[in-house]
Amino acid sequence: MARITRDEVEKVAALARLSLGDEAAERMASELDQILEYAWSLSQVDTSDVEPTAHAIPLPTPLREDRAAPPLDPELAVANAPEREGSAFVVPKVIEGDEEG
Amino acid sequence: MGAVFDSLSELSQKLASREVSSLELVGAALARADATQSTLHAFVGLRPANARAEAEQSDARRRRGEPRSPLDGIPIAIKDNMVQTGEPTTCASRILEGFVSPYTATAVARLEHAGAVVIGRTNMDEFAMGSSTEHSSSGPTRNPWRLASTPGGSSGGSAAAVAAGIVPAALGSDTGGSIRQPASFCGVVGIKPTYGRVSRWGLVAFASSLDQIGVFTRSARDAASLLERISGHDPSDSTSIPEPAPELASALDGDVSGLVVGLPRECFVAEGVDPGVLAAVEGAVAELERAGAKVREVSLPHTRHAIATYYLIATAEASSNLARYDGVRYGRRASGARNLTEMYERTRSEGFGEEVKRRILLGTYVLSAGYYDAYYRKAQQVRTLLRGDFERAFGACDVIVTPTCPEVAFDLGAKTSDPLAMYLSDIYTVSANLAGIPGLSIPCGLVRGLPVGLQLLGPALGEAVLLRMADAFERRTPHQARRPEGFP
Repeated sequence: MARITRDEVEKVAALARLSLGDEAAERMASELDQILEYAWSLSQVDTSDVEPTAHAIPLPTPLREDRAAPPLDPELAVANAPEREGSAFVVPKVIEGDEEG
Repeated sequence: MGAVFDSLSELSQKLASREVSSLELVGAALARADATQSTLHAFVGLRPANARAEAEQSDARRRRGEPRSPLDGIPIAIKDNMVQTGEPTTCASRILEGFVSPYTATAVARLEHAGAVVIGRTNMDEFAMGSSTEHSSSGPTRNPWRLASTPGGSSGGSAAAVAAGIVPAALGSDTGGSIRQPASFCGVVGIKPTYGRVSRWGLVAFASSLDQIGVFTRSARDAASLLERISGHDPSDSTSIPEPAPELASALDGDVSGLVVGLPRECFVAEGVDPGVLAAVEGAVAELERAGAKVREVSLPHTRHAIATYYLIATAEASSNLARYDGVRYGRRASGARNLTEMYERTRSEGFGEEVKRRILLGTYVLSAGYYDAYYRKAQQVRTLLRGDFERAFGACDVIVTPTCPEVAFDLGAKTSDPLAMYLSDIYTVSANLAGIPGLSIPCGLVRGLPVGLQLLGPALGEAVLLRMADAFERRTPHQARRPEGFP
């Protein structure tokens, strides 16, 4: 049985804000299935009572003095924006329902 | 005039004695980069005007007798995933087309501060995801030893540029082997330091718990002097280790007597290892033994699960890190979308290449409800076991030795249609990233005319012992002095 189906690939793609064509979705499903099948070998490892590792070199949370410092110049911060208005980023309409307008 | 394959210290002496100027060195590096671009394609972009201006400033400092460091005026290259103020950074991705950075990565800033001159940005697999530098929006880099072969990846452009004598040194990044594997394929030295040794500030994130900046050079000594410059605590990176930069070059005394080399039995019986590679590595171990090192067998039983563990953790982190490319604040935006969601989807679908999409999908899947425990959490638990393996092994030895890769450089196109085969190329390298420990690759022979890499792994913060052993090995063997034919 496949570990991941084409339907699941499309669901995951939607979550990741990617749209795949038919051919790509089919191919990804088969490639991801092969990779997940390989990764499933981890299920043989006994990990009862093993804590997960998020970072290999654990450090205490670094603290610093709460002192104001000059921020990135707002002009520079928006300089790379595909579309801007003053120091604001412009995006397409967020609220659905009036797409023609 | 500086010779193409001069070391950092030779160039430094020639600059200090005025035998050569920085402008001449930088001009020669730019010319060689240009001349080899159509064959090697090591660079994504060069910065000739700025590099020449900086070289002139360096020459002026030298004339005044005020060099900033021995590196002042030396041309270097950086991987296209490290930002520099006023310069483009694309990560070899269409989605970052047009991006110009408002700030500079700490590692790059430290080199600038030492007076080094960045001549350009080297090619890579898109977002550092790959092992061959074929997944690049600007096309593949080729191996200077054999143009039909890949240079490895993802830092293939940096490795090729150093191997071909374009620059004496380059920065790369290593998330699962992306410095060591291309160093192995291109016959140069590459070191991935301990996680947190070099600041990640200004390194575009792929998998934040694994990413680390390191260096490519043509000798262990050069690697030591460059790594010293870029290491050390940086308050801008909360995972930066609060330790000063280590003294590395002074540790290279050529003496390895009494050091214990651990040979993990699992790495020498693994299937699918080129027998020529294995023979070269065994020859290197014998040489270290003749130099006075002791050899003993160690065991890393969980390394056979390292690739699975790595690709689950790295893709999970990548899927989260790459969510930021949404067409809103920088980079490319797809035109004509009717609403925000459509804009996101079209921007990301047009902007990311196949391998990046594959990893985002895999990472999103293993983090999604219902699969998180079976895949992602399981991988994090195996990561703990793997760290334990290394802790036990380093109780019995100073340095662990393995092949860097199971093979020599493979042909372009050989693995692009089989993602899992490409992933397995990282079988010896990913464990160091999972355990956070330093790893280094040095040339130890040729198989069918292509370089073989010897991997040395050390305990956390153990860069000095790795470089000391690598330097001692170089002094006793001819491998590091070999150059690719066709690039005289």
